[in-house]
Amino acid sequence: MVRLITHNLLSCHAKGCTTNNFPLQFKDAEIEHREADFNPEFIRGLLPKIEWKALVDTAKELGDTSLPYEQPEMMDDELLKTLHHVLLEMHVEEGQMICPNCNHVYPISNGIPNMLLAEHEIA
Amino acid sequence: MSRPELQAPPEIYYGDIEAKKYTKNTRNQQIQADMTYRALELLNLPPDEPAFLLDIGCGSGLSGEILTEEGYIWAGVDIAPSMLEVALEREVEGDLFLQDIGQGFGFRPGSFDGAISISVLQWLLNAETSHPTSSPPHRLSRFFTTLHSALRNPSRAVFQFYPSSDDQIQLITSCALKAGFGGGIVVDYPNSNKAKKVFLCLFVGGGGQQQMPKGLESEVEEDARARFERRRERVRSKDKSGKRKHMKDKDWILHKKELYRKRGKEGVPNDSKFTGRRRRPAF
Ligand SMILES: C[S@@+](CC[C@H](N)C(=O)[O-])C[C@H]1O[C@@H](n2cnc3c(N)ncnc32)[C@H](O)[C@@H]1O
Ligand SMILES: [Zn+2]
Repeated sequence: MVRLITHNLLSCHAKGCTTNNFPLQFKDAEIEHREADFNPEFIRGLLPKIEWKALVDTAKELGDTSLPYEQPEMMDDELLKTLHHVLLEMHVEEGQMICPNCNHVYPISNGIPNMLLAEHEIA
Repeated sequence: MSRPELQAPPEIYYGDIEAKKYTKNTRNQQIQADMTYRALELLNLPPDEPAFLLDIGCGSGLSGEILTEEGYIWAGVDIAPSMLEVALEREVEGDLFLQDIGQGFGFRPGSFDGAISISVLQWLLNAETSHPTSSPPHRLSRFFTTLHSALRNPSRAVFQFYPSSDDQIQLITSCALKAGFGGGIVVDYPNSNKAKKVFLCLFVGGGGQQQMPKGLESEVEEDARARFERRRERVRSKDKSGKRKHMKDKDWILHKKELYRKRGKEGVPNDSKFTGRRRRPAF
């Protein structure tokens, strides 16, 4: 169940990988849509934590172009709903996440990303 | 029998069979649920604000299900694939990660509004391999340092765990404080063998404003467990009138009863047309 909410908060944690390590790039992603309860307050509270450009770019990679490139200053209900869908209803079930810096591959299987590092990759 | 964490590494101990057994055991479900409620209480989140929480060592989702029930969105990490598989079967709501917390997190600064961890930390006290990155202090430090940065300021992280000595408590606490956390240990029912529970309650930021919570006390040992549960009821009914938004009185009670039945609690009253009606005070 990798959703963009967690993907947008995740950078690579391999040893020595400290710059340019976000966002992880999806590869061969298989997506499922599943409805979630819409909670506008939750989305509003989340916004300060979200990297907008990374979110828009990643959504686009996954075939969703519903978000504007520039983060709007005013959040109306429609936009909150769009965000809700992009952040909480798109599930990446299979595929990989690849670090743009060190190229570490985090495989996703059954919706669960494998974040385990080999011993030499542990900081 | 010796403690689970001394028998095998967690991902081996919680293999397919044990993961199912652990999750199906109704007594265990009840215990994990109670401790999760208490951890949430200690987390002291601002009421009426939705929050994004991290469940550290989420296992098959017994703790996470309580988070969902209480209206929180969460992500969970666990090192045991079999436990995560059971979590998938149970269709838990959280985003799951296969992760060794001793390797640290990659979550960006301020990602979570709080974190809980139920019955997990004791697993970090045993070296997994002879590799230097595998020593308990090294693993604890990396864990606490990366967790500290993943939490927003101010916030808290609450861990229920089973230390086997004061030295262990000492080691864990000192690693946490070195990583920048404030806070310390809270012990509920310290004088009861059965009901005693140890919580590590950590603070991020707050400029010394965060108050160390007090442990629960009970004068009569045998009584402790009962009191613990009664207290839970009080807290829940307060929620009902105050914090709870989505579900109201009767629906809420029916929902709770259903949950208790699912967890196999005995003696849950049947639903009737009186369910959820206010009772006249009895004199
Ligand atoms: C007693 S279970 C608790 C599960 C869940 N929190 C609950 O309340 O039911 C302990 C869990 O800690 C996990 N665990 C142990 N060591 C871990 C580690 N280094 N990283 C992540 N999870 C770990 C185990 O795999 C197991 O699922
Ligand atoms: Zn990397």
